[in-house]
Amino acid sequence: MKHIITGILGAAALGFAASAASADTLDDIKAKGFVQCGVNAAGLAGFSAPDDKGEWTGLDVDFCRAVAAAVFGDGTKVRFTPLTAKDRFTALQSGEVDILSRNTTWTINRDTALGLNFAGITYYDGQGFMINAAKLPGVNSALQLSGASVCVQSGTTTELNLADYFKANNLEYSPVVFEKQEEADAAYEAGRCDAYTTDQSGLYSIRLKLASPADHVVLPEIISKEPLGPSVRQGDDKWFDIVKWTYYALLNAEEFGITQANVEEMKNSPNPEIKRILGTEADTKIGTDLGLTNEWVANIVKATGNYGEIFERNVGTGSPLKISRGLNALWTKGGLQYGPPIR
Amino acid sequence: MQEHDMTWVRTEMALAEPPPRTEAGLVAWIRKNLFATPLDSLLTVFCALVVAWILPQILGWSIFNAVWTGTDRTACLTVDQGGSLPVGWSGACWAFVNAKFSQFMFGRYPIEERWRVILTAVIFVALLAPLLIPRAPYKRLNAILFFAVFPFVAFYLLVGGFFGLPYVETALWGGLLVTLVLSYVGIVVSLPLGIVLALGRRSKMPIIKLLCVIFIEAVRGVPLVTVLFMASFMLPLFVPPGMTFDKFLRALIGVALFASAYMAEVIRGGLQAIPKGQYEGADSLGLGYWQKMGLIVMPQALKLVIPGIVNTFIGMFKDTTLVLIISMFDLLGIVKQNLSDANWATPQTAKSGLVFAAIVFWLFCFGMSRYSIYMERRLDTGHRR
Repeated sequence: MKHIITGILGAAALGFAASAASADTLDDIKAKGFVQCGVNAAGLAGFSAPDDKGEWTGLDVDFCRAVAAAVFGDGTKVRFTPLTAKDRFTALQSGEVDILSRNTTWTINRDTALGLNFAGITYYDGQGFMINAAKLPGVNSALQLSGASVCVQSGTTTELNLADYFKANNLEYSPVVFEKQEEADAAYEAGRCDAYTTDQSGLYSIRLKLASPADHVVLPEIISKEPLGPSVRQGDDKWFDIVKWTYYALLNAEEFGITQANVEEMKNSPNPEIKRILGTEADTKIGTDLGLTNEWVANIVKATGNYGEIFERNVGTGSPLKISRGLNALWTKGGLQYGPPIR
Repeated sequence: MQEHDMTWVRTEMALAEPPPRTEAGLVAWIRKNLFATPLDSLLTVFCALVVAWILPQILGWSIFNAVWTGTDRTACLTVDQGGSLPVGWSGACWAFVNAKFSQFMFGRYPIEERWRVILTAVIFVALLAPLLIPRAPYKRLNAILFFAVFPFVAFYLLVGGFFGLPYVETALWGGLLVTLVLSYVGIVVSLPLGIVLALGRRSKMPIIKLLCVIFIEAVRGVPLVTVLFMASFMLPLFVPPGMTFDKFLRALIGVALFASAYMAEVIRGGLQAIPKGQYEGADSLGLGYWQKMGLIVMPQALKLVIPGIVNTFIGMFKDTTLVLIISMFDLLGIVKQNLSDANWATPQTAKSGLVFAAIVFWLFCFGMSRYSIYMERRLDTGHRR
């Protein structure tokens, strides 16, 4: 039912999207002087959450700052619109926001029927399990969870994925289903179930709120694909390119070791690839072809750091979440993050 | 002589004896109110035990064990959780509320512009306080300032954008500021509009009556959530691209219209309680319609429905939390949003933040409630049973 409603809303949105997107987004943004970016209204630890001063922080938020830096050379020229899960697509279609960077899973339905274009996968998430190792010593794989009771939120794909996984592996389990995430958290904390399942990034933030976080481990198995990434409206390829290549620029910067700290000295690097990326190559037209300046990558890295720095600061070792890179490591380090060459 | 027949005559009144010790003072009060019957004694002992059991826990959690200052989550963590508090510690993490306090009050209102909000609040209190105290003079001037002038001053100060004050978009507003602005506008709009609608519904003019009935029933028939939802998601699709209505304005209109419809029905209840004789008496004095309503009927009707009016106000004050649906952050919304800050994620954070929000809401609602009881007593003209 939910999907049908979303579909209808999306279809309605499409009709208007054509008119909304016909204008040149980049020109509009340059005229108004800032990028309008949709983030998570409810807040999601590590992705979009307010700090003590009320400034938005997080991986999704930093991506928007990177886009602003690419366009204006200034990562602060961005305004954030907090969006709920329900109104996020309408906000993008109606032109209320220029980018939707709100932990949104890339699916074919959203790419086609809802008229979105996903610019890349800034975070490979997936459903995982957390267990209380003090209660279940020796369990280090989800395949050992036969007969376990599992806390899960109802009415989400999480519940379906759970059923599929246990069935496919011929394991017995008993689901303990809750309407709200807070209820599931409390039940797991009270020991009503052996394991807790939700998206892995969520498990790490739930663990922070447990009374004895050290006892709880997130198991390595990922049982579903939740590729999260920023999206833009269909119908404006120029803007789509800018957002997409901002993401690739972040990855390339990490691959070539360009960081927020060393970006200025890297400009003098003899390495031709780095010269090309940072726009110091003679007669380069890479940036201007995008509709930006040739300094665009240098500006991005100066504003937010490279992809690795953004990751570690918000969800990795530099944050309380302490999520390991895993699938989000660069392709050179066994992960899936692969930036096409800037050339 | 007759006087000689009486051996002694007392010439002054005897002083009253103090009442028996069992009938006065603290002991007697306790006996009378707490231990009058065996059942009373039992209930008293039971309640005392419950209080003795709960109170130390509440005080311990909220005051004695609470953490008041700190810069991040480690301040509220025990040793095994990565902090420095003793294992098994349980107390409120007021440090979280402390760190986020200005956000809970102002939302994302730019820090250098927050004096405008504070100034607005000061003017608000300075105008409201004498209005609430019956003895204070210049009531009429005060009311005009509060209901007619203050909204414009507040609009200029909070929104700005002309005469030298920079513009602050309402998307940045939040916290208690949003809660109070919504409530103030709701109250100031709903009372007069509710009176007009109630009179309209009882009017003998068919078109006016029909319009009022349609408005009241249509608004009361739809949940506030639905209206906010439609205004937020569907409206943008049906207006030209680039044209955006202010979300906050949508919420203000929605809340004010809602409160008006409910208020109209509350006031209609009061109007129905006024005996026919009062109307006839007013007619016989030769008063016109507005004089009759303004001088005879309304003062009585409004006094009768003070509890209902305040009930609507309190309900509306709490309904303002629904603006979370359209991504506006009132006090509760901004508290909940800040619970997602990983730098403050501890087992105690959510409890502390929500208890803080509950205390603030309770203070405002309780204040309104007490004031309405005071007004009822003051305006009581002998209907008490």
